[in-house]
Amino acid sequence: MPQPDVFGHWGEFGGRFVPEALIAALEELDIAHAKALEDPGFQAEFDRLLREYGNLPSPLYRADRLSEEAGVEIWLKREDLNHTGAHKIRNVLGQALLTKRMGKTRVIAETGAGQHGVAAATAAAYFGFDCTVYMGEEDTRRQALNVARMQLLGAEVVPVTTGSRTLKDAMNEALREWVATVDNTHYLIGSVGGPHPFPRLVRDYCRGIGDEARAQLLERAGRLPAAVAACVGGGSNAMGAFTAFLDDDVKLYGFEAGGEGLDTGRTAAAINSGGIGVLHGARTYVLQDEDGQTKESHSISAGLDYPAVGPEHAHLAATGRAVYEAVTDAEAMDALEKLARTEGIICAIESAHAVAGALRIAPSLDPGSIVLVNLSGRGDKDMGTVVDYFGFGDADNKGDQQ
Amino acid sequence: MRTAEAFAKTKAEGRAALVGYLPAGFPTLADSIKAIDIMIDHGADIIEVGLPYSDPVMDGPAIQRAADRALAAGFRTRQAFEVVEAVAGRVPILIMTYWNLVERYGVDVFARDFAAAGGAGLITPDLIPDEAEEWLTASDAHDLDRIFLVAPSSTEERIAATVRACRGFVYAQSVMGVTGARAATSTAAPALVERTRAHTDLPIGVGLGVRDGDQAAEVASYGDAVIVGSAIVGCYLETDDIPSGHQRLADLTADLAAGVRR
Repeated sequence: MPQPDVFGHWGEFGGRFVPEALIAALEELDIAHAKALEDPGFQAEFDRLLREYGNLPSPLYRADRLSEEAGVEIWLKREDLNHTGAHKIRNVLGQALLTKRMGKTRVIAETGAGQHGVAAATAAAYFGFDCTVYMGEEDTRRQALNVARMQLLGAEVVPVTTGSRTLKDAMNEALREWVATVDNTHYLIGSVGGPHPFPRLVRDYCRGIGDEARAQLLERAGRLPAAVAACVGGGSNAMGAFTAFLDDDVKLYGFEAGGEGLDTGRTAAAINSGGIGVLHGARTYVLQDEDGQTKESHSISAGLDYPAVGPEHAHLAATGRAVYEAVTDAEAMDALEKLARTEGIICAIESAHAVAGALRIAPSLDPGSIVLVNLSGRGDKDMGTVVDYFGFGDADNKGDQQ
Repeated sequence: MRTAEAFAKTKAEGRAALVGYLPAGFPTLADSIKAIDIMIDHGADIIEVGLPYSDPVMDGPAIQRAADRALAAGFRTRQAFEVVEAVAGRVPILIMTYWNLVERYGVDVFARDFAAAGGAGLITPDLIPDEAEEWLTASDAHDLDRIFLVAPSSTEERIAATVRACRGFVYAQSVMGVTGARAATSTAAPALVERTRAHTDLPIGVGLGVRDGDQAAEVASYGDAVIVGSAIVGCYLETDDIPSGHQRLADLTADLAAGVRR
């Protein structure tokens, strides 16, 4: 499995572009994580937590009616059935266990729509940690239900009123808070971004997605997939799905949020329409203007609405090991509806990007090939968006778009 | 003017240097030039011109708001060089910037244009020497100072490596936290300066949220330079009346300059 160099570089990407004040904490974290990975006790505890508390391993499901339409075998990794409804439980439980190991008693997290915030608050409740979640002020208003969930779980939600008041600003605020409280606080980051060792660490906690799916497929289908498809915002579910297959002859596809379309500028596709830059501690692809000021991202899916991408994805894109394409809001919503009507599964809009992408690449594959789709989360949280988009909620409406 | 010349002068006078920070383009582009002239007129020994950035993770609310305002008014990186060119000559002019803006401009081109404008060096709060190879080369090629940061959490090993990469002075970020005025003084600051001094003969500048002459005098008792940012920005944040902001800045700078001379 590819590893970054000692400073966390994958090729030209990654690294540590942070204030010196944080370096000691990042070093501590790097060492603690490396030791934990080699400690059978840590692994056993992590496995037990995932199994008994997280409802893992998640099922692998062959979606026959969808496969029939696609002309290939589509297998869904059902991360939507995990506790808290997404792959994110893996990351937060891994980091929380590490937090306990480091003797820290408080976690902070950033969140966009609130999914990672809820997951972080869940892990904090489980371990009895104090928890503060930074959330853009705009998002706290739009996602009041998730604010309530975090509060019910005992977390403090701090609205961020600086910059564009969205996820990237929440991340800035979490980094600021971390500098001031690093002695007793772990920054429970939500994706495979940020300074080294976060991208590697989050990948290591999420890679169970691909490890499980690979074993499940070999057992059930007797062969590896031709392709793996996952959506990419920061990219934790995609790295989790890809890692087990990096050394196999398996095509890897990441589907970024194309928003209203790459040519409109209203997009969150950092690899497809951004440039190489430094944001939130790592060199990677960033949506930025001519001067390097971060541009606001746009996606119908809050979980993908972030103007950069994890540095390992940047490396996989630059080396061609994985292919990253953009899926528009409209394509994702079509796929969401198609999955609901062929399989009776309402997935997250994030995950619908992966479904749309899988349907797009299917004709390029040999008939009967297997496409593994990581269904990273469930769609309950998105019903407000679905109602607005399709005009549902009125019993006479048959579901014609808008 | 080179940073070393300013420190030679303050050392000869047996005092610490006063370093004033203001973002370019704040409160307006023209008034940022005017404000820097006011600071120099009232006793600032070194100027830090800030480059407004969309994601300033090391800055507190005052500097964030100032940067937001400059960006909303359309600030462009190259305008910082106009500011530098307008104020260079009397005291060393440094730029303090988050790294992406330099990388995007092109590291060597940035160094070239900055040096041509009369700039003395760069302070890079989110660039550690470990990631700075391109900047080390460019700063040598264009004869610019490079000021990296040390922090209370820095190990002895990192302090040693960081000061080796520095030229001009060393920036001691003396509290674990973002920029901003604080009422309390820090015990971590003198300790960090002492630890840093064990590794270098370079002057050590201290950023500690200093907001008046008394605090400046206290920091000057152990640091070689007293760096003031948020309090200066604050002169213009609480008022839309820019001339009154200029007056407040003149009074503040005079007070701070008297502080470092006590």
